Amino acid sequence: MANTQSVCTSFLAEVMQGYHQFGQPSLTSRTSLTSPTNDTFKLALYFSSATLNASTTAYSTTGEVTNTSGSGYTAGGATLTNANTPASTNTTTTAGTGYWTPSASASWTSLTVSTAWNCALMYNSTQGNRAVAVYTFADQTIVAGTFTLTMPTNVAATALLRLATT
Amino acid sequence: MLVNTIHGEMDESLLEKKEGGFEDGNEKTTWVEYWLDKDLVHRSAHVTLKAPPTVVGEIQEF
Repeated sequence: MANTQSVCTSFLAEVMQGYHQFGQPSLTSRTSLTSPTNDTFKLALYFSSATLNASTTAYSTTGEVTNTSGSGYTAGGATLTNANTPASTNTTTTAGTGYWTPSASASWTSLTVSTAWNCALMYNSTQGNRAVAVYTFADQTIVAGTFTLTMPTNVAATALLRLATT
Repeated sequence: MLVNTIHGEMDESLLEKKEGGFEDGNEKTTWVEYWLDKDLVHRSAHVTLKAPPTVVGEIQEF
């Protein structure tokens, strides 16, 4: 058997679960040091004119969707259902993927927003609203209707959040 | 069936219904619109994200 240099795939899922702490961050308490509670992750929508990208570090109201009428959208967005435990799978001796997907869709009802939006920011509202990922899609507008973001299948190839080694 | 519109709930039979969609490698989107004469009175959309970008990790050799 030969040794093969690689990031360990199990580490990818464990990073998402907070098993490893390389620095000394100022955290919001997760109640217990040995059996911490889940953080709350939220999904906020942004107008197509906003400039979210890889350099986004935290949730901001700048460029966030606002209601044209009614109150279907609340600043901060929707809370994601976090019932799935991050998982990992190997594809080769050097490649693997850690992955996680919210366990339910995000939906806004009785919504009227006539200015186009095309972006959603996933962020950790427990830990200082720190940004996780930016997702884009085709321009949307809604009139007295429902906007639903259905999550992809929670497997290594399609999960909403995937950390991989190659 | 009643449809929520900018004028409140209306019977679907009074409205013109239009449906459509969009699909590429990133998403599958479907939408439905209801029109009253020339006015858009309801629009809903459903976006399914397919396979968002992967964050790739690498290690450096000694």
